[in-house]
Amino acid sequence: MIWNSVGDFFAMGGYGLYVWGSFGACVLAFLAEPLLIRMRHSEIVRTLRRQAAAEKLEMENK
Amino acid sequence: MSNRLINWFKFASPHTFYPLAGKMIPIFWTLAALFGAVGLWLSFFVAPTDATQGEGYRIIFIHVPTSWMSMFIYLVMAGWAAMGLSLNARLSSMMAQALAPTGALMAFLSLWTGAFWGKPMWGTWWVWDARLTSELILFFLYLGFMSLQASIDDPRRADKAGAIVALVGVVNVPIIYFSVKWWNTLHQGASVSINKSPSMAMTMLWGMLLMALCLWMYSIAVALTRVRAIILEREAHTEWVKQLKEIKA
Repeated sequence: MIWNSVGDFFAMGGYGLYVWGSFGACVLAFLAEPLLIRMRHSEIVRTLRRQAAAEKLEMENK
Repeated sequence: MSNRLINWFKFASPHTFYPLAGKMIPIFWTLAALFGAVGLWLSFFVAPTDATQGEGYRIIFIHVPTSWMSMFIYLVMAGWAAMGLSLNARLSSMMAQALAPTGALMAFLSLWTGAFWGKPMWGTWWVWDARLTSELILFFLYLGFMSLQASIDDPRRADKAGAIVALVGVVNVPIIYFSVKWWNTLHQGASVSINKSPSMAMTMLWGMLLMALCLWMYSIAVALTRVRAIILEREAHTEWVKQLKEIKA
């Protein structure tokens, strides 16, 4: 085992800021990107559904 | 024999590709999680401390994979764009469009993690070195591709204009790759080379490769998710989209 304690692990031999600054930014990015895309997908599905509902209503009122 | 051949052209239409992509996405997420878990474990718990850089070198396990992906995604994106341009295939252009933001993100993260590595080791966040500058140009090429496509209203014309930018920009990828050989740079040489025996411990090499595989699977999963949104946006007027069960309901 390389690390003697949890604190040791987070300190990264004095490079904590740099190691966690790198990995942290990547983790954040890789969580945010799929979330944003999922929002984009549900947004277009919502719009299309509204259009479909409007078209249906129009047909019924004819 | 012939009945075992899959008709790949069948999946070249957005109509058939949309549900197929939906089925493939969970597979790539699972693979990404698997490779990521093993890769991170190797990176932080197995790979030994570096003799000169101490624990700071562990940034390599995310810096090199993001850099590789930024270049690789660009080549794949340009390939799809070229196919869209030459075969006039809608789906190919949509794939190129779906890859661009992920490629830009990888280029950004490559620069970001590079800065966080450069600061403790070189004493500076940034230098105008050939490797760093050409990677920055790659990031701008992605942004240029995306903003050009966004600025043209007609999607088919946007595809064509974007494809030309993407193809011209391909020349930058070998420049990035060989920059450390062609110029005298502050950036170190290639981490992995085919014709030399590996200069690093095998566990380090495996950690890096697994992290790269994780990002590869992640990129596929994300690009497929994005292309599904793009397909719906661009095919909104078609009958098959109207017949989708998530829309009809």
